[in-house]
Amino acid sequence: MESDIEKYVHYVTVMTEGLYYCLVITAVSFVCSVLFGTLFAVLRHYGNRLSRLLIGGYVEVFRAMPPLTIFFILYFGLAHAGLHFSPLSAAITGLSMIGAAYCCEIIRSGLVALKKGDREAALAAGLTPNQALRFIILPQALRTSLPSLGTYLIGLIKDTSIASAIAAPEILFRARNLASESFETTAIYLVVALVYLVITIPIAVGVGYLEKKAGR
Amino acid sequence: MTRDVLKVENLQKSYGDLCVLVGVSTTVQAGECVSIIGPSGSGKTTFLRCLNYLEKPTAGHIHLEDMLIGERLVGDRYIPLTEKQLAPQRLQMGFVFQNFCLWPHLTVLENVALSPFRAMKLSKSESLAIARNALERVHIAHKADEYPDRLSGGQQQRVGIARALAQRPKVILFDEPTSALDPELVGEVLEVIGELAADGLSMVLVTHEITFARDVATKVIFMDGGRIVEEGAPRQVIMAPTQERTIKFLSKFHAN
Repeated sequence: MESDIEKYVHYVTVMTEGLYYCLVITAVSFVCSVLFGTLFAVLRHYGNRLSRLLIGGYVEVFRAMPPLTIFFILYFGLAHAGLHFSPLSAAITGLSMIGAAYCCEIIRSGLVALKKGDREAALAAGLTPNQALRFIILPQALRTSLPSLGTYLIGLIKDTSIASAIAAPEILFRARNLASESFETTAIYLVVALVYLVITIPIAVGVGYLEKKAGR
Repeated sequence: MTRDVLKVENLQKSYGDLCVLVGVSTTVQAGECVSIIGPSGSGKTTFLRCLNYLEKPTAGHIHLEDMLIGERLVGDRYIPLTEKQLAPQRLQMGFVFQNFCLWPHLTVLENVALSPFRAMKLSKSESLAIARNALERVHIAHKADEYPDRLSGGQQQRVGIARALAQRPKVILFDEPTSALDPELVGEVLEVIGELAADGLSMVLVTHEITFARDVATKVIFMDGGRIVEEGAPRQVIMAPTQERTIKFLSKFHAN
């Protein structure tokens, strides 16, 4: 019995290290996704024909791409071409590229939902188009997008597990190593499921709280 | 001694083949309240929106005091200004929208203080002082910390007027400011506009409120078919119109 407890403590310890990498991959790629997504959304909504076309193409390509495919291209494919990514940076880059496409569309829907008068009123008040974007349009569009961005964040946390396929030392990768050492497959993957729940549920609650707070 | 605040020369606007403004010329003198009346589709609102370049005129020129609006003269050629270059010009013309267009994510006070703070680049305390002062002029200072959606239509429109006032504009343009209001709320907004007119603020007002135009305006313009049909003092244009179209438009008003 005591050895059982020790065993589980060992599993949890190993996976907590995996959790660290899971959170790093999630945090960095989420920030990149939202930043580039916002930029792309603005370019696609307000830009000229060329920028609309380029961003539109980007979104269609990367939204259609399974994360695993991108990880393999970045990690194995580009290595052949002499460009070496570490597992961690390949995972972050890949998820950011896909995330930028998703967030572009999420934030663009926030821009579309705005009333035309909001921007006109800002221009009539003597604001430059950039100021109107910064102080009137984006604050509102991001508030509108918050629920969808929250859903995306939770999906992203789960997608980090796919990075185990390129040996990024996140939760699932650690779990698989543990499982192949101990053959306690069921117990270990149940712990994995628990660890994911422990991260995603507080985030879901946090997003709900933010939504309420930013309800205007 | 009168001084032109706004001078409009042969303003034209068309959308493709559709000609909305055929060539409108007029002036607004300092302290004047100019009311524009006319049937729907006569080009009144388009005219007003061209004045601060929310719509780009197809031809014609606008002067705000000595400043050419929306373009600059290089030699004998007119070069259009960019939206960024337009910003300081628009700052000097307040605009009040038919459906208020308050920013829903900002409080009433923040709505009014935004232009002084961001466009005029005043300090935060100066901006807030201007905003409070503007809210007092429209009798709504007690709602400063509310969000716009908590206010009635009439209150929202008064905040819209305060927002325009806070720009310290040379002229305020009102685009049918009471058309989106419930009838019982029209009075409070017209009262505020009347007070501003009495204070000597220069304004151009597109309106369907003929009684208000008659009682408050210093000049009335009747527009139809994208041109000015008749303009002059209210007692002349509203009480004794000479043009057939004006007489027909006002017949309903005079029947009451």
